[in-house]
Amino acid sequence: MQLGLVHFLILSALLFCLGLYAVLTRRNAVAILMGIELMLNAANINLVAFNKYVAPAALNGHVFALIVITLAACEAGVGLALVLSAYRNLETVHVDEINVMKW
Amino acid sequence: MGQLAAFIVLSIVTLAAAVVVVGSGNIVRSALSLIPTFLGITGIYILLQAEFVAGIQVLIYAGAITVLILFVIMLTEHGSGVRFRQVNEQVPLGMIVAGALAAFLIATFVTTAWPTSSGALPQYTASGVGTTFMTNMVLVFEATSLVLLVALIGAIVIARRER
Repeated sequence: MQLGLVHFLILSALLFCLGLYAVLTRRNAVAILMGIELMLNAANINLVAFNKYVAPAALNGHVFALIVITLAACEAGVGLALVLSAYRNLETVHVDEINVMKW
Repeated sequence: MGQLAAFIVLSIVTLAAAVVVVGSGNIVRSALSLIPTFLGITGIYILLQAEFVAGIQVLIYAGAITVLILFVIMLTEHGSGVRFRQVNEQVPLGMIVAGALAAFLIATFVTTAWPTSSGALPQYTASGVGTTFMTNMVLVFEATSLVLLVALIGAIVIARRER
């Protein structure tokens, strides 16, 4: 059996669903951010795999993956700053207890 | 054949560590399990001949983001967080949704006939990535640098202690 595109797609689908499960079920905001990082990594695997197997002449998949990594770093920085700010004001990082704007 | 074996080993490392990230009740253990997950994905990138992306993955994800997450855990939870319930009441629903999405995606991926190209990547992709960034993608490159600057300033402003 030859290693092909579909193997990488299945790996990234499983990784994406694990991240989705973390986002749906975790209470801690930092754990939710970890789930988002897993989902972004799954998308990156897809981009790089499609670059190799579908369009190897251009390197656009690699470029997109690098941009996604950069934006994930931005997202982690801003998200964790928000978590710190919420903890300072509300004394909790559990997202189901942060409900001061709920009517 | 050797490539397939390497892929299977790397997948097992990645997915097992990701299961610990998702399922562990100890939040520090979750954060540390991110490191083998990201290193396994780095191996996948090397398998896909994306050596520059692999290097950046190690530097940014396994290095910077994991350390940042650990810092925030230490500043907020005062430790491992095992005293708190870590999951909400949506666990069965989340399992159903994630499992159904995984089954749907895998069924789609297996049954679709993907267009494959017979060409090959250049032997070293780093210089090609740099050339692409500086020619076709220069606007994206500049916009990304602007986003990075704005996010940096925003993170400092948000996290700063107000007097």
